Amino acid sequence: MRLQLNDMARLLYFSWVREKIGTPAEEIPLPADVVTVTRLLDFLRACTPRHAEALAHPTLRVAVNQTHARADDPVSDQDEIAIFPPVSGG
Amino acid sequence: MVHLTAKVFVLGAGGLGAPVALFLAQAGIRHLVIADSDQVELSNLHRQIVHTTSGLGQPKAISARHTLTRLQPGISITAWTERITEQNIHTALSGCDLVVDGSDNFASRHLVNRACLSLGLPLISGAVLGWEGQVATFYHGVNAQAPCYRCLHPEITDSCVATSLPTCASAGVAGPAAGMIGALQAMAAMRVLTGQPMDPTLFLVNLHDQLFLRITIPKDPACPVCGPQP
Repeated sequence: MRLQLNDMARLLYFSWVREKIGTPAEEIPLPADVVTVTRLLDFLRACTPRHAEALAHPTLRVAVNQTHARADDPVSDQDEIAIFPPVSGG
Repeated sequence: MVHLTAKVFVLGAGGLGAPVALFLAQAGIRHLVIADSDQVELSNLHRQIVHTTSGLGQPKAISARHTLTRLQPGISITAWTERITEQNIHTALSGCDLVVDGSDNFASRHLVNRACLSLGLPLISGAVLGWEGQVATFYHGVNAQAPCYRCLHPEITDSCVATSLPTCASAGVAGPAAGMIGALQAMAAMRVLTGQPMDPTLFLVNLHDQLFLRITIPKDPACPVCGPQP
C-alpha cells in the first residue's frame, strides 16, 4: 500500500505556461479518474483561473517522466509531468 | 577536431543565429550561409550580438557577414537576404552539410524541417522567448528511425500565434537567454560536425528559475512529414 503523502504528481511548467500559472513546479494529488494526458489537462484547467488560462491553448506539449507524450498516453500520481508550449522566437 | 570544411546553413541572423555564427566562425568553420530577410534595428542589438550600431538599417545577413569577416578574414560567408520559401529553400541549402535553425516563426521552422528530410541534412533547432528557450537536434534527414520537428510540434499558423501566443516582439527576449540557447546550438553543431550524433531529445531551458529538463522525443509513427507515406 502506498503512502498518501507520496501520491502527488509533480508538474513542471515552462515558458509562458509557467508565467501564467505563476510557478515553475508544483505537486498535486490526482483524482483516480485522471489517467491520461487529456484528462490531466482537463483536471488542471479546473484547478484555478490561472491554470485555466495557461492551459487553454490547444498546441501545448506534454512530457511524462521526461518523454514526449500524446493525448491518450497514461499519467499517474507517481509521474513527473512537464507542460510546455511550442516556441518560435529566434 | 571540428570538420572545418563543412558548410553550415544558419537560418536567421537574430538572437540565436548571431551567437551560433560567431561561435562557429571563431571555431574555424570556413563556410557559413546566413539567411535572414530582415534589417538590423536598434531594438535587436541587446541580443543579436553579431550586429552593431553601424549596421542599423542593413540586411541582417550582410551586417553579420561584415562582423564575421572582420573576426575571421579567411571565412566564406554567403549572405542570403531573400525570405526562405518552398521555392528557393533547396537552392539556399545547396552544398550545405548541416542546418542550424534560429528562425523567428513556425512556418520557417516547418519548412526547413521538411527540406532537411528531402536533402538528407541534420537539423539543430533552437527557439527562445522571454527567460526561456528550447534546443533539439533532429536526424530525420539522415536516419529513417529518427523523429523530426513535426513529430514534436503540430503545424501552427503564425497568424494564430500572432493573435493568441506571446512572441519575441510582444514578450521580449532576455539577451543572455538567446546567447545561451545559441551557444547550445553551436555546441550541438560541433558534435554533429565531429561525427558524434546527438540523441533525439528536447532540452527545455528555464533561465528564470535555473531549471532544466531534457526529454526524449519518440518518432511519431503517424507523422505527416517523416512517417510512412500513404
